[in-house]
Amino acid sequence: MLSSRLLPGIIALSFIALLIGGAFVGLGVEATKDPTGALAAFDSYLFRIARFTLWQAVLSTMLSILPAIAVARALSRHPSFFGRGLILKLFAVPLALPAIVAALGILALFGRAGYFAGIASTVTGSPWTGIYGLSGILVAHVFFNLPLATRLFLEALQTVPADQWRLASQLGMGARSTFRLVEWPVLRAAIPGIAGLVFMLCVTSFTIVLVLGGGPRATTIEVAIYQALRFDFDPARAVALTATQIALTVVMIAMLSRLGADTTGDANLSVARKGYVSVPPGERVANMLIIALALCFVAAPLAAIVLAGLQADLARLFSEATVWRATRTSIVLAVSSAMLAAVLALALVVARRTLELARPRGTRLPLLERMTDSGVGFVLVVPPIVIGAGWFILLRTTVDVFTVAPVMVVTVNAVMAMPFALRALRPAYDTASERHERLCAQLGIAGWNRLRLVDWPVLRRPLATAFAFAVALSLGDLGVIALFGSDAVQTLPYLLLSRMGSYRTEDAAGLALMLGLLCLMLIMAADWLGRETSHER
Amino acid sequence: MRSLFLPLVSATMLLAGPALAQDKLTVYTYESFTAEWGPGPQVKKAFEAECSCAVDFVSVADGVALLSRLKLEGASTKADIVLGLDTNLSAEAKATGLFAPHGKASAPVEIPGGWNDDTFLPYDYGYFAVVYDTETLKTPPKSLKELVEGDATQKIVIQDPRTSTPGLGLVLWVKAVYGDKAGDAWAKLKDRVLTVTPGWSEAYGLFTKGEAPMVLSYTTSPAYHMIAENSEKYQAASFEEGHYLQVEVAGITTTGAKNPLAAEFMDFMLSPKFQDIIPETNWMLPAAATDKPLNPAFDKLVKPSKPLLILSEDVAANRKAWVDEWLAVMSR
Repeated sequence: MLSSRLLPGIIALSFIALLIGGAFVGLGVEATKDPTGALAAFDSYLFRIARFTLWQAVLSTMLSILPAIAVARALSRHPSFFGRGLILKLFAVPLALPAIVAALGILALFGRAGYFAGIASTVTGSPWTGIYGLSGILVAHVFFNLPLATRLFLEALQTVPADQWRLASQLGMGARSTFRLVEWPVLRAAIPGIAGLVFMLCVTSFTIVLVLGGGPRATTIEVAIYQALRFDFDPARAVALTATQIALTVVMIAMLSRLGADTTGDANLSVARKGYVSVPPGERVANMLIIALALCFVAAPLAAIVLAGLQADLARLFSEATVWRATRTSIVLAVSSAMLAAVLALALVVARRTLELARPRGTRLPLLERMTDSGVGFVLVVPPIVIGAGWFILLRTTVDVFTVAPVMVVTVNAVMAMPFALRALRPAYDTASERHERLCAQLGIAGWNRLRLVDWPVLRRPLATAFAFAVALSLGDLGVIALFGSDAVQTLPYLLLSRMGSYRTEDAAGLALMLGLLCLMLIMAADWLGRETSHER
Repeated sequence: MRSLFLPLVSATMLLAGPALAQDKLTVYTYESFTAEWGPGPQVKKAFEAECSCAVDFVSVADGVALLSRLKLEGASTKADIVLGLDTNLSAEAKATGLFAPHGKASAPVEIPGGWNDDTFLPYDYGYFAVVYDTETLKTPPKSLKELVEGDATQKIVIQDPRTSTPGLGLVLWVKAVYGDKAGDAWAKLKDRVLTVTPGWSEAYGLFTKGEAPMVLSYTTSPAYHMIAENSEKYQAASFEEGHYLQVEVAGITTTGAKNPLAAEFMDFMLSPKFQDIIPETNWMLPAAATDKPLNPAFDKLVKPSKPLLILSEDVAANRKAWVDEWLAVMSR
């Protein structure tokens, strides 16, 4: 019985290992033709950019994670107020935007010609020079990651059993004690995973760092990898740089994981009604203020993007067959990737929990269990262009690379979205397992019946969250097909960049608006499918 | 798993176009060439009418990706023609040994400074230029020297030579004008640079959003705004020292040498039928005679008195060193 819960996870792991390993084999073979680049990669330049990469990523992570905890907590204290659902949906949209669109949205506010430039000039007394430099990079990274982290922390907070809320309320606990005794343990367990995700997203940042960084002082290792593969075509160097990027991230994540702590779950079935929280008026005001601030920060650049989009000739764009084709392609690719991502993540979450149950408490984590959780997260620091180029080399002699381009896009996007889906699913699954494991064992519920009757009702909502993030991430990404001919995968962001690349900036703004709306619609669909049905308590 | 697998398979089948079996010419090029507003669709139609064959365009992101793609495929490439490299890449492309001589004794090429290359033939050209916003910049720099030494509060957006061709173009432009003093010039210019973007689109996007009054682009950029948007707001600044030339070229691969259509296409490329299409689709200048006169907007463009071009072989030999020099100064 154990193996049937373990097997899908092992298959998922093998699949991911094959995708990443295959790419390295492909590039490795090519690299042996001229391996000198690998050693030459380790120079003072690499040292300098590695330092900058880590520095900006650490700062970005801290600035995203700390406020996200406050926002998630505020949102969890108020489980129903007007617009809450929309806020949560909006919080997934930044991920779907190509970096340059987000950068332009942020610059529309804080740039030299931004809305705030006039005020800033008056306040400082000298012409506003924009946020180019480290500050610009940080603002953009927080724009992407604060909403992401908020939703993932909220997902963790929602695993707190309703009984605990009721108890806290009955004991007359104030906000501080509730936080310390009820919320903090769950949050603390979630911090390393979520911070790790955000950290990796910031480590691999490319366009944001160059555009807002103000010059090549601000350069990440990712830029060097792109340079090595695109301009210099030096696979050995690319492999060496990617390995460095992974090694540095592993070290940082290992340090991060010390922040966390394993929690003991609550094995009792919950009897209280959901949403049993009473919030004193003073805290209510503070919470609403926190939520409003976060909303402004995320929604203002989005509003700038919408305003710019409305200037475009939307009627003409809507009547273009190309636009519709790209929309359709985007939907097919993003939904396929998101489904694959959710399945992969679920298989891994189940396998991890199974391994944990089989292991005596207090023993060290075995490698396999690590791999099913934080291990697979490291796929995020393998640049898509590396995976694309590696597989291109492997496939070029055997199959028509054009026909596999869509499969490549779906697979790589799914694997890149999987760590997010994993973070969304794991708290809910682990909590449910803690509560239901013995009951299921006693009643002999296993396999399909267990999934349908016991796990599915609990996993519906987090699966919808996982799916929403996976869709958003897959909608925006393009890196993998840089070298494959890409006529078959003309997605909306692709069309957007191509219009931008031929003077049609207004069209590009219009397409950005459409992309954001499409993302919102797909997320709404996912939420609707994942809604909690009324007979549930 | 089935519910997951089906969309994947159907996506693949839907998106992969059908293969053609008749006489076929495969042309590798960059995406803006094959975009629906680009020259690709018209070129395909015109050549297919002439050759009774099928033209199959395969497009990758840009000229640099084109070369990488070719290196990845090696001698087994399906490309008959590679169209879209520029003179800064052509020596490196030739060194791969994947190109065959074009075999034309005299091609009707009209390029400033003439043309003498047995492998590649040009299909269009343009000059790099600083494009400025006439509404915010009343006195644009009149020379590269004025740009380098001018008011540092008037910013320019440039592209990164590590990731973009115009970015490399500016490095070569400064090199062609300043030679050994290029490093010092960059040290001064650095303060005027608002930011360095990964590609042309991002830089031009920032410029049109009003973030900076100047951007590195082409002398032909204003033609787009004049013809398509009926606006004279954006103009190119004419520089005394001359402008750096970018010549876009095509070559026949060793695979294409066996396909008679390849040589036919190269002739077609330099004929008026192809050249007429170029100016208002690729927004570059034709590399050979056209039948139709160019749109009058092209007469208003900056006409550099002196084209600057560093030999392709010298670029290939020194590109890394020059980019590193740029990087060292700009990272200070």
